[in-house]
Amino acid sequence: MSFLDFDWEYFLLLFAGGLVKGSIYALIALGYTMVYGIIQLINFAHGEIYMIGAFVALMVSGVLTIYGFSGVSILVLAAIVAMIYAAAYGFTLERIAYRPLRGAPRLSPLISAIGMSLFLQNYVMLSQTPDFLRFPSLIPDFAFMEPIAHIINSVEVVILGTTVITMLGLTYLIKFTKVGKAMRATQQDMTMARLVGINSDRVISMTFVIGSVLAAIGGVLIASRLEQINFMIGFLAGVKAFTAAVLGGIGNIPGAVLGGLVLGLTESMAAGYISSAYEDVFAFGLLVLILTFRPAGLLGKAVKQKV
Amino acid sequence: MIASTIRKAVIAALWLAFLTFPLMVVKVNTLKDLVEWRWINLAWVLYSGFFASLVWQVLYQYRKTKKADDEDDPSLQGLSLGDRLMVSLKDPYVLVLLFALAYFVGLYPLVSFEFWRWSCKIALAVLAAKLAYKLFLVKKVRSCSAVMKESPLSKPILFAVLGIAVIYFPFSVDSYQVNIMVLALIYVVLGLGLNITVGLAGLLDLGYIAFFAVGAYTYGLLNTHFGLDFWICLPLGGLIGTFFGVLLGLPILRLRGDYLAIVTLGFGMIAHQVLTNWTDVFKGNLGIHKIERPGFFGMEMDLAQATTYTYFLVVLLVIGTIFVTNRLKDSRIGRAWMALREDEIACVAMGIDMARTKLSAYAFGAFWAGTVGVIFAARNTSINPNSFTFLESAIVLSIVVLGGMGSIFGVIIAALVMMLMPEYLRDIGEYRWLVFGAVMVLMMIFRPQGLIANQRRTYKYEGAKGEES
Repeated sequence: MSFLDFDWEYFLLLFAGGLVKGSIYALIALGYTMVYGIIQLINFAHGEIYMIGAFVALMVSGVLTIYGFSGVSILVLAAIVAMIYAAAYGFTLERIAYRPLRGAPRLSPLISAIGMSLFLQNYVMLSQTPDFLRFPSLIPDFAFMEPIAHIINSVEVVILGTTVITMLGLTYLIKFTKVGKAMRATQQDMTMARLVGINSDRVISMTFVIGSVLAAIGGVLIASRLEQINFMIGFLAGVKAFTAAVLGGIGNIPGAVLGGLVLGLTESMAAGYISSAYEDVFAFGLLVLILTFRPAGLLGKAVKQKV
Repeated sequence: MIASTIRKAVIAALWLAFLTFPLMVVKVNTLKDLVEWRWINLAWVLYSGFFASLVWQVLYQYRKTKKADDEDDPSLQGLSLGDRLMVSLKDPYVLVLLFALAYFVGLYPLVSFEFWRWSCKIALAVLAAKLAYKLFLVKKVRSCSAVMKESPLSKPILFAVLGIAVIYFPFSVDSYQVNIMVLALIYVVLGLGLNITVGLAGLLDLGYIAFFAVGAYTYGLLNTHFGLDFWICLPLGGLIGTFFGVLLGLPILRLRGDYLAIVTLGFGMIAHQVLTNWTDVFKGNLGIHKIERPGFFGMEMDLAQATTYTYFLVVLLVIGTIFVTNRLKDSRIGRAWMALREDEIACVAMGIDMARTKLSAYAFGAFWAGTVGVIFAARNTSINPNSFTFLESAIVLSIVVLGGMGSIFGVIIAALVMMLMPEYLRDIGEYRWLVFGAVMVLMMIFRPQGLIANQRRTYKYEGAKGEES
């Protein structure tokens, strides 16, 4: 096959798909990586927050549709309510399941997190439905996207745009605000941060809240792309996003974004060129490969264990 | 104190009502554009949230003060009955039971009368038993158990009773229940196997069920394609399981805690996806059918007999597993595992070969999963990938956690409870996972050592010989 025969259109299609997927992974992975950076905990229930975000958005949009709202106003309101609720869930989650376990052996909060994840999944299943629910397509088709719509449609453009804006916002928050400074300080050395008067409990709560808001944004975006949701979407997305965070080097914020994109592109390319049946195999195969040769992830620094 | 507790509980209930509002109260039908408002659920959440918060606060307070339960409370002796009652009321368990009773009594308008009556009765009975124990029986029970402990006969008698019960069981109930028991015992073995990896060696494995699948498919494929016998496949399943355990253990030797968890989770999902999608070999979601039941020197058996036979096979396997795990625990390698669990760096510094210790932990865990997988395939006579999902891994893990990590007896109890409970309490069947999830969280917070805590071997210094005088 010569260079010119190469099907560029197919490649671009896969590339765009991978990019969109990767940016959603990145949004969720940020929540994992920020929490891990501060308290070294895999927040296993993070994927559930994302799922709950999508469900709340669905409820809000359903109610608003009946009361005669339309189009973009529904989208904005649903997204805002979803973010508020995700933040509230993240905050409560930390208070109930993780705060009492501060200082416990490493396995305890992890198991507590798995329990919380099971709990939240089943709570949504029992209070709503185990079936797939149709998610209304809230994002309109833009006219100017017409010529390239067969490669990347307007929903995907909105996803990419929102992700970029969110990342910029997060960077600003962490680099230039007081909260961000406190978060970075706590991440570096919690005891020292406490000594200089940072309320570490509040910083940890803030981290959960910010991570949950990001997850809710991801949830609303992916739901309006796939147009259907059920109570299990959080699990796989959570696992993948965590994989992305580990790939990039857990605890490292740019790493999570990079990891998300690498994972999304790998999955998309592998599905397109090799076999779509083994998408997860490639994702986890990549994870094992990278961890074997770079145990700290792509951008992570190897930390020496001290006794 | 009481006022602030109640205020906190009210706030918690309101907060929970806010949190659950969009999911519990609103239900949207997106196809017909209908919204259903379920206000009754709001009442449920407020009411349950209030009591849950009370219980939480009592337990949390108790956890902080960490008073050992049922200690010989000197304050109880020589007091009048009324005073003793007042002291007992401060016991957290009594308080929690009181709250539970109040909760069920108050449920009256919300639930069916039958459920209300039964839950009230049970709560009242447990409360009465606990109070009676606290007030009158503590001493008697304690002296009784002391006699039991000292008497040399008590252990053999206990084992004899247990043995007779185990042998008598399949002949006293119908084969459906024996079949369920077989499944429960299979999970006992799985729990004991994972107990080696997680409980003893401290390596969190979230994809453990993959080894179980390896065993099941080993037998399934070998039997249906080559007609190999159950008895040949039983060790083969274990060996191939071990092989995969070592194979998967190799790349993750250098990883710690959390990375390990995610990679093993990945392995579990890879296994599931391969089983589902490689249809040429594993027949995908249809699975493999017509697997032979275990044979006994070519004897003809009907279904009920075969079930009973399988039951005894699993019982033997359980006993074997208990024996081996117990011996391993005190052996050189078992102590190496525990050292690794406590502190990896210190352990390696003491000259323990980390790679070998970790790999052997995986290998032993995987061996039992593979072996029991063969029995699982023989019991079901058909297998498909849906028996080997992450949820099953989570069941096994919660068995280990609930039973008390590293504790063999606890794991057995937990496995039996977890597998049998949903069968006999059909009503709560669909709430099963909700409850398990919550129990896992609460267990970690309020009783991290599990139902039955693992007792560590202690050595007593009894003075050097020849110094008695």
